[in-house]
Amino acid sequence: QRWPSLKKSELSGDLGPVTPDNVVKNYTNYYEFSFNKEDATELAQQLNTDNWDVEISGEVEQPGKYHLEDILKQQTLQEYIYRFRCVEAWSMVVPWVGFPLADLLKSVKPLSNAKYVKFTTLYQPETMPKQRIKAMLDWPYVEALRIDEAMHPLTILAVGMYGEVMPKQNGAPLRLVVPWKYGFKSIKAIVKIELLKRAPMTSWNAFAPSEYGFYANVNPSVPHPRWSQASERQLGSGFFTPRRQTELFNGYGEQVASLYSDMDLRHFF
Amino acid sequence: MLIRIDNPWIVASIACLLPLFWLLFQVVNNQLGANPIEAIHIRTGDWALRFLCITLAITPIQTVTKWRGMTDYRQMFGLYAFFYATLHVLGYVFVDHGGVWAAIVNDIVQSPYVWFGVVAYIIVLLLAITSPTYAKKRLGKNWKKLHRFIYYAAAAAIIHYFWQLKGNLFQPLFYLTIIAFLLGFRVAVWFKNRQLHKLMIPRGRKSAVNDR
Repeated sequence: QRWPSLKKSELSGDLGPVTPDNVVKNYTNYYEFSFNKEDATELAQQLNTDNWDVEISGEVEQPGKYHLEDILKQQTLQEYIYRFRCVEAWSMVVPWVGFPLADLLKSVKPLSNAKYVKFTTLYQPETMPKQRIKAMLDWPYVEALRIDEAMHPLTILAVGMYGEVMPKQNGAPLRLVVPWKYGFKSIKAIVKIELLKRAPMTSWNAFAPSEYGFYANVNPSVPHPRWSQASERQLGSGFFTPRRQTELFNGYGEQVASLYSDMDLRHFF
Repeated sequence: MLIRIDNPWIVASIACLLPLFWLLFQVVNNQLGANPIEAIHIRTGDWALRFLCITLAITPIQTVTKWRGMTDYRQMFGLYAFFYATLHVLGYVFVDHGGVWAAIVNDIVQSPYVWFGVVAYIIVLLLAITSPTYAKKRLGKNWKKLHRFIYYAAAAAIIHYFWQLKGNLFQPLFYLTIIAFLLGFRVAVWFKNRQLHKLMIPRGRKSAVNDR
């Protein structure tokens, strides 16, 4: 199914050709289903994304369980073409369909002491094999942003890509996209959004704190402890094409660098 | 006209090249998935490691089965380990990095998992260079010492495999088990020989004196 009449957001940068959709649809880190990117595509099809509810709670005036349909009625969907940079040093250019996270948060009226936003993925061991066997991470998957990061216009909640409804393996029906951070921040299949006073623990950060920081801002000069982040393989590029030089904040520095102006990015990686 | 291929060396060589032909076929037909360059890395690395395992397996098989048929092929399997490791390195340099040396040097410096790959490759390269009979004769006793470094190459290759991964450790664990088993076999043999050696040493002088 396709989303009707989408306007291209002004935030879409000129990033060259978008990555072929079959590449994006068959190369996902969806550890709830499989550690193998290609296997996740098939396994994720078991997920039932109908009648999806999102619970919004914590430091807000209007907490509650919201039907995704009702949320979408209030939002204008647009196409956001962003570069998606994985911590594994590959990248894609994806035309997401979504709306600003800020618009949803404002609609539930955050209280002044809300400093962080925590997101939680669906926990459904009967359809998610790696949750069932308690593999690796502490399930369900949890990610979080600082409130100013969450309110930033680049931060979107996506419900589709390539003009279509979001494929299940790519995080249907609702996922986060934060283009200046490594891909693992962009949590899939969101069922809960909590506004908090303090920073929560997040999944990869808890699993290996020295390797995956809370901020996870794309930064070519802060290598992962085991591999370089200086360059990235652009998926869909031809053989013998050199890797792309990774940019600070994934090329979104002009828009987001001010959020971190007083921070040592080596320490807060 | 039929060509009879009854030379087992030729048959073995062709068998060892099949993974390469299969890989090239898949490259040409675009069957390597969303990240074909990563697939090439994994495939050539896997085959280098598999041939390393096969090479290391020959001595234990020979010891256990007392069948010496495979010993002659050990050198060939070792050279194919080197061959696939070379493809792995060439793929890293020219396919992934497009031969941009500044980027390659930077990547190696910043990526500890690559260091172990470099160590493993340097060892396998040295072993391949000293593989011909001529080199074996020239090196004399040192040849065997040098070629025992294959154990370090295997260990480094496994660390190289483990350290680049974020989560899925099944495959490196599989190879780790095999290599641990193959190296453990050597340790067991060494230990057994030592015990036998001890038994064969005549009793110490002190006891001999007492016996008198």
